[in-house]
Amino acid sequence: MSLALFAEQLLNGVQFGVMLFLMSAGLTLVFGVMGLINLAHGSLYMVGGFLCAAVAAYTGSFVLGLMAALTGAAAAGVLVEMLVIRRLYHRDHLDQVLATFALILIFSEGTRWIFGSFPLFLDVPEILSGPVSLPLGIQYPAYRLMIIVAGLAVALGLYLLITRTRLGIRIRAGESDREMIAALGVDIAWLYTVVFALGAALAGFAGALVGAIQSVQIGMGEPVLILAFVVIVIGGIGSVKGALIGALLVGLTDTMGRFLLPQFFATFMENASATTIGSALASMLIYILMAGVLIFKPQGLFGGTS
Amino acid sequence: MIRETHLNALIWLLLLIIPLAAWQMGEIYTITLATKICVLALAGVGLNIALGLGGMISLGHAAFFGIGGYAMGILANHAQSYIPIMEHPFLIEGTKYMPVIWLLAIVMSGLAALAIGALSLRTNGAYFIMITLAFGQMLYFFAISWPAYGGEDGLAIYVRNEFPGLNTLVPIQFFALCFLILTAVIFLSSRLENSRFGLALQATRQNETRTRTVGLTPYKIRLIAFVISGMICGLAGALSADLNRFVSPVMLSWHTSGEIMIFVILGGTGRLFAPLVGAAIYIMLEHFLGGVSDYWQIFLGLLLLMVVLFAPGGVIGLLTKREAAHD
Repeated sequence: MSLALFAEQLLNGVQFGVMLFLMSAGLTLVFGVMGLINLAHGSLYMVGGFLCAAVAAYTGSFVLGLMAALTGAAAAGVLVEMLVIRRLYHRDHLDQVLATFALILIFSEGTRWIFGSFPLFLDVPEILSGPVSLPLGIQYPAYRLMIIVAGLAVALGLYLLITRTRLGIRIRAGESDREMIAALGVDIAWLYTVVFALGAALAGFAGALVGAIQSVQIGMGEPVLILAFVVIVIGGIGSVKGALIGALLVGLTDTMGRFLLPQFFATFMENASATTIGSALASMLIYILMAGVLIFKPQGLFGGTS
Repeated sequence: MIRETHLNALIWLLLLIIPLAAWQMGEIYTITLATKICVLALAGVGLNIALGLGGMISLGHAAFFGIGGYAMGILANHAQSYIPIMEHPFLIEGTKYMPVIWLLAIVMSGLAALAIGALSLRTNGAYFIMITLAFGQMLYFFAISWPAYGGEDGLAIYVRNEFPGLNTLVPIQFFALCFLILTAVIFLSSRLENSRFGLALQATRQNETRTRTVGLTPYKIRLIAFVISGMICGLAGALSADLNRFVSPVMLSWHTSGEIMIFVILGGTGRLFAPLVGAAIYIMLEHFLGGVSDYWQIFLGLLLLMVVLFAPGGVIGLLTKREAAHD
């Protein structure tokens, strides 16, 4: 195993983690501020992927596609929030789970109806299609590096938004006491819509970015949604910092597990069964990580009391 | 407006009479649909114990359903290929004998529920939902990446398994078997609901602090209920696999968990016959709307959304004009 290969896998893990962060940041904010568990978050990711692919194919510009994904997903978020989600804040988690599960069915089948069952293809933009030379002789795809940079920029932006702006103050106030901030004259309905749209835009952004390295298809958001839940459980519900650390932890564990475990088993058993056992175990590794965190910290690494 | 017990009796009778009439008229497909309703309703009855009585919102019950399915698939697969499951230290062979398959399905799904429940019940609220979901997905991905039993393609079983005294290949006989099991489990679940244990379980849902104060341990009660609930889902999974003669990771996917939950909710959470009504509505929607449009799940989604937003007591609640199943 060469150093370059190891470093490449490490970067892949970070890239995966950053993408998971974009998903889980929105989920955890929506949960923290509104107390809503949103299964349809993966559908907004899918909306982002499809919009980006459709607009990029029509105009030939990836940047325009990305803008369409951001605004389109945010718009879908606003629409869904006003029509459905708004009625769920005061309901129990069961109603929220079911209503958002219903939204998944509607979004998935609706997208299949509009775009058909076949995956769409989205090409990596021309400038970013080649590899970049990094120190130590590592070659890494420019596009994946761009995802890492974009994701970290979003993380920084979110940090500044939450700690430095008026909106951020309101979001934090909403997390700690909903009634009080409403009593202080903040338009809480508007705040909720904005937070939901922000989460939706982040999910759509993630879907568009990932769409160019994987295929854009129906149900693409669901595996990511469940991983985002794992991230949130590990990081602690409602904590954006927890989401970032949890996402990187999950991304690295998953990628490195798939890379290293088969090799590890190959040191003491024959190759074919080492690959089988290694990859089967690797597919379960993040859930084992989650179980481990739960045993020691049932509220997650950065969670307060729920 | 109709009393709930009368409505329940009516539903039960309809589920019995329609397949019998279909049998007389030679409408085999209707019998298969009714069998499907029985099997899915059984899974719903299982989930209802955790969800309706215990208030545990598990989005991972597909795990137990799928384990039951794989118990059947693995045993029958070894039996049809005449390869023993293991030879050392002692010989274990596959079997096509339903009672043995059911026993294994119930034991294995119960053990899985014990492990998953013991970890998940350390938390509550949204954490519990996400964790049960994640553990369910863990088994799903494991089933996909483990090639010994078909991996992503699943396992096909060529001939339906055997039950002593019955010819299970005859649709009406297999229906009768599933219908009897469903009836027995609904009866047991109604006994459980009003037993000392059932009352304690409902107390943990209604007020955890008070339950603790009278000297009960909510964790233990919930865990036992979770295991019972998982075992019933496991049995339903084994029957469902036998009905389709096919097992695949799809049984373990979280969509299956969502669907089992839909059965319970469409009918009305916590109501004894809710899973049956919900499963019947689901199967009929799939059958009739699926014939009209390939995108029938949009309508399922809209219906579910309407029930959640505007009819909290489910369909039984609408018919009996009573929102709450309890009190």
